[in-house]
Amino acid sequence: MAAIELRQLTKVYPGGVKALDSLDLVVPDGEFFALLGPSGCGKTTLLRTIAGLETATGGAVVIGERDVTGVQPGGRDIAMVFQDYALFPHMDVTDNIAYPLRIKKVAKGARHEKAREVGARLGLEQLMDRRPGQLSGGQQQRVALARVMATQAQAFLFDEPLSNLDARLRLEARTFLKKLQRELGVTTVFVTHDQAEALAMADRMAVMESGHIRQIGTPAEVFQRPANTFVAGFIGSTPMNLLDATVRGDTLEVAGCKVPVPSSAAGLLRDGESVVYGVRPEYNTYSDRPADGALGGKVVIVENLGASHLVTLEVAGVSVQAVVPEGNEPAVGDDGYASPRRDRALVYRDGELVSA
Amino acid sequence: MTRFVLGRIGFYTLIAVLLAFFTIPLLWLAAAPFTSDPTYEVRVPDFTLDNFTAILEHPYALPSLLNSLILAVGTAALVVVFAALAAYALSRVRLPGRDALLYALLLLSSIITGTAAMVPLFQLAVELNLIDSQFGLILILTGGLLPAAIFMMKDFMDSTPKSYEESARVFGASPLQIVRHVVVPLVRPGLATIAVWAVANVWGNFLMPYLLLSDVEKQPAAVIMYTLYTEGGQANLTLLSTFGLLYSIPVVIMYLFVSKKYGFRFHGGIKR
Ligand SMILES: Nc1ncnc2c1ncn2[C@@H]1O[C@H](COP(=O)(O)OP(=O)(O)OP(=O)(O)O)[C@@H](O)[C@H]1O
Ligand SMILES: [Mg+2]
Repeated sequence: MAAIELRQLTKVYPGGVKALDSLDLVVPDGEFFALLGPSGCGKTTLLRTIAGLETATGGAVVIGERDVTGVQPGGRDIAMVFQDYALFPHMDVTDNIAYPLRIKKVAKGARHEKAREVGARLGLEQLMDRRPGQLSGGQQQRVALARVMATQAQAFLFDEPLSNLDARLRLEARTFLKKLQRELGVTTVFVTHDQAEALAMADRMAVMESGHIRQIGTPAEVFQRPANTFVAGFIGSTPMNLLDATVRGDTLEVAGCKVPVPSSAAGLLRDGESVVYGVRPEYNTYSDRPADGALGGKVVIVENLGASHLVTLEVAGVSVQAVVPEGNEPAVGDDGYASPRRDRALVYRDGELVSA
Repeated sequence: MTRFVLGRIGFYTLIAVLLAFFTIPLLWLAAAPFTSDPTYEVRVPDFTLDNFTAILEHPYALPSLLNSLILAVGTAALVVVFAALAAYALSRVRLPGRDALLYALLLLSSIITGTAAMVPLFQLAVELNLIDSQFGLILILTGGLLPAAIFMMKDFMDSTPKSYEESARVFGASPLQIVRHVVVPLVRPGLATIAVWAVANVWGNFLMPYLLLSDVEKQPAAVIMYTLYTEGGQANLTLLSTFGLLYSIPVVIMYLFVSKKYGFRFHGGIKR
């Protein structure tokens, strides 16, 4: 097992697209690390550069204290699962799982033995003689996992390994993958554009935007204290309310209402300055009666989220969202009031989080 | 209405004439070898096998079929190997001017085995001591077929996803291992297509072997066919028809076999 370290890593594609811009990142040994970001932000490029499938334009890739920037993919002692799994269609499951061992010149009997062992561990006993074309998406994913496990590599790289599965299977695979990684303890970098996936599985995660890392932290840190408005808007199943505000002493003036300055920003704001006030819909308490420090307006949309409802209020021309538990949901056109939790609300100045 | 009927009649007459144009020679080829003393007409055969006895007695007829086989298989093997390697490289490596190079090769290739380059080719063969050598002929035929084969092969290679190879690369496979373990199995229908195409091409090639092989014992069937005359200088229809039939059968069998096995589907059989 080994840590992965990236130093000032830069990748410019022929044609001038700067996909990675002087990126620094350390993934400690044994960590399950998720890379999250919108489409085109450079996640796949970062993973492929770690794997050596793309050559870095600048900077260094260090795996387990060894600088591998100039080393071929095969010499880096890593294993990768591709988004389409890349199982060889002309080989059966046994041969697919045993392929890395075939390259290492392990004798046929020994490598098939090993393949059966790994396959059994992932519940593939009945499928060992099938071709990938005869497997379901979930089974293919497990074969791909078995194949990287057979390599006994220092680190695993996964490029959206769950995106080809349907929603139900994805949840199962998520749990399975996390459990497997725990057991193996192999350093794993996991690319996804599904933030729920990253929050659920990762030990730590990075949020990327156009070749830069915008925040690194545990899922809880990233969810509760997004470092900037980009991350704030990107993370969360319902996007965070980001409202223009003006500082008025101990309070903020937001859409014509007065709310208290959040505890995280207390004492750090100058009177009269313009900031952005952020609060997640989950941290907004909804009420049909006016309250101190609440944002009051008209209910314009009510969306069903299953066990709760997402209510959109129109407050002096801006939309404010709140999550309301089932049973209490208002009707469209009602007057409503959303009180942000003071210990969960955040303030952003010039796009960056204001905090001590 | 009448005009419509007349139009239809005219249309079907035209089709019938066109069909006859293609079927009558085929019928002749099927019937004449079994007819004693065949002429240019298509007649119901009297099912004699004398013509086959005659062709078996011809000193060069059967050996020439073997020569054709050697030339065709040798050329096809070289074409498949070189085209696969070249096409793989061209498909996966970004070279400036790659497409221009391919088109130029394609254009020039029709000249290599065409009439225009006959004299220089002949001289080249003489200089290299490759005249009257089946190996030399195989090399020249290979050269003529390669550009088109590379062109076709590159299409197959382009349409196979890169992630299979990248996956093998991350496991540490060398480029040659990748070609052998992954690329070749994936493009096997393409390789089969190229092989069949090369065999058919060489099988039917008259000019090159006629020019470069003077030893009648080395000449392929297509050239021997040209020597089947009676003493009077007339085309010997008995031998010609029988030999023609023997000459076409291997190619037909090959097509049937390969098309059954690979179906000549251009993208697949393997990929979903
Ligand atoms: N081979 C390439 N040549 C040139 N530009 C490329 C190449 N591959 C990717 N890019 C560009 O680099 C940027 C990052 O691409 P990348 O594939 O890493 O994004 P991603 O974060 O994986 O996106 P997605 O979530 O859609 O998979 C994009 O702007 C893309 O257009
Ligand atoms: Mg990607």
